Amino acid sequence: MSALNSIKTQLKTFLIEIGELSLFTGRYFREALKRPFELKELLRQCYNMGNRSLLLVAITGFIIGLVLTLQTRPTLMEFGAVSWMPSMVSISIVREIGPIITALVCAGRIGSGIGAELGSMRVTEQIDAMEVSGTNPFKYLVVTRVLAVTLMLPLLVIIGDGIAIFGSFLVENIKGNVSFMLYFNQVFDALEFGDVIPATIKSFFFGLAIGIVGCFKGYNCEKGTEGVGKAANSAVVFTSLLLFIIDFIAVFVTDIFYDL
Amino acid sequence: MTKHNNIPKREIVLELKDLHKSFGDNHVLNGFNMQLFQGENLVIMGKSGSGKSVMIKCLVGLLEADSGTISVMHNDITKLNQEALDILRADIGFLFQGSALYDSMTVRENLEFPLRRHTKKFGEHIDTETLVVEALENVGLAHAIDLMPSELSGGMKRRVALARTLILQPKIILYDEPTSGLDPITAKEIIILMQDIQKKYGTSSLIITHDVDCARVISDRMILLIDGIDYAVGTYAELSASTDPKIKAFFKH
Repeated sequence: MSALNSIKTQLKTFLIEIGELSLFTGRYFREALKRPFELKELLRQCYNMGNRSLLLVAITGFIIGLVLTLQTRPTLMEFGAVSWMPSMVSISIVREIGPIITALVCAGRIGSGIGAELGSMRVTEQIDAMEVSGTNPFKYLVVTRVLAVTLMLPLLVIIGDGIAIFGSFLVENIKGNVSFMLYFNQVFDALEFGDVIPATIKSFFFGLAIGIVGCFKGYNCEKGTEGVGKAANSAVVFTSLLLFIIDFIAVFVTDIFYDL
Repeated sequence: MTKHNNIPKREIVLELKDLHKSFGDNHVLNGFNMQLFQGENLVIMGKSGSGKSVMIKCLVGLLEADSGTISVMHNDITKLNQEALDILRADIGFLFQGSALYDSMTVRENLEFPLRRHTKKFGEHIDTETLVVEALENVGLAHAIDLMPSELSGGMKRRVALARTLILQPKIILYDEPTSGLDPITAKEIIILMQDIQKKYGTSSLIITHDVDCARVISDRMILLIDGIDYAVGTYAELSASTDPKIKAFFKH
């Protein structure tokens, strides 16, 4: 009986949180369209998020490209299909692996950072101080951060994809003596707008999810340092789950368009 | 219950009537009443968790009261829209307990921040630099203008927070535990600074504290917040001489 009650309580808490998150998202869209637009802070956040995540995304992308090629190569060789490597790697990276891996890296890097920063500002009453000074903290802190991560993530995904494909080329160049021109000619032959555009659109939604959840957790942080830790942690966990759900929906919708 | 009747009749700048606020089953304020007069230093004392901070946050609209009226300079803040409330807030300074400096900004940026939304108050040609320097000179910290909050001591942070409060030239200043967490010497310096500001600008001050020494030095009048109500109102001398055990408990050293 107590286990059933516990499940009920957890389910209730989860549903309340989903409801609050929806209201928070609605408020974000309403506030984003209102003046003032806080452009200076938006640019600062874009620079911070893009610049600080670039190295991590680049290293992750490079390793993914290397590993994917190294692990796939023996199987393709067995079937005499190693010439398909550039097409296979580029399509899988651009369509799926690049966006989701970059988004997961950014959820850890940016999402937790936003959660901890806003949580700490909430706990130390900095958000209240902004409010009593007549500045709308939601607009200054939340809208700028969510917009920045929404705009930066597709760029990071494109850079990460490029570096991953370059990593794959390096393996092919060392192991199969394939030239740069030949490899990248095959990559661009294989890629279509139908691969790039849905992935880019998906990346905007990934960015939106990272920003919204990070800000939601931080902005509504419970009092105390424990609350800040919880905000940062749950921002990453919740965002990661949400990213896979968005990915599933995006793939499903794209598939419908392909069938048409 | 002690009631003080010797206050000369002055303009009321801030008034709370029958204020109620609960969090679930926890009834924090149960009909709290208060009046702050122009140029007055009113101290509100109460035990930790008695609802002092809740009351002061209701006053500036950070928390919504369950019932009651909150009048700030003849404006019922519960009925104001967000824009009108933001304009009114320029006339209310708030010194937070932990200073609440924006830790990603320098001292200069901290002081410039409130000016962004209230340029109308100072006219079109606002000289931000002069206002920032003047506010810092008032608290004796002009040299700290380019420091980050993490480079300041607790006392310096409190002074910078006070300078940030002063920069909008408020008519009312709300102090939430202005001396808490400070050593006695720094606490005394902050109290002197508060008195100087009051004399210089003629502001009305509402001071939330449980520091009896602070209350003795600075208060024109005191309210004891007990059980969510204004249990006793009077001067420090009147209240400290009370025989009521609940009141006496505050003045025991």
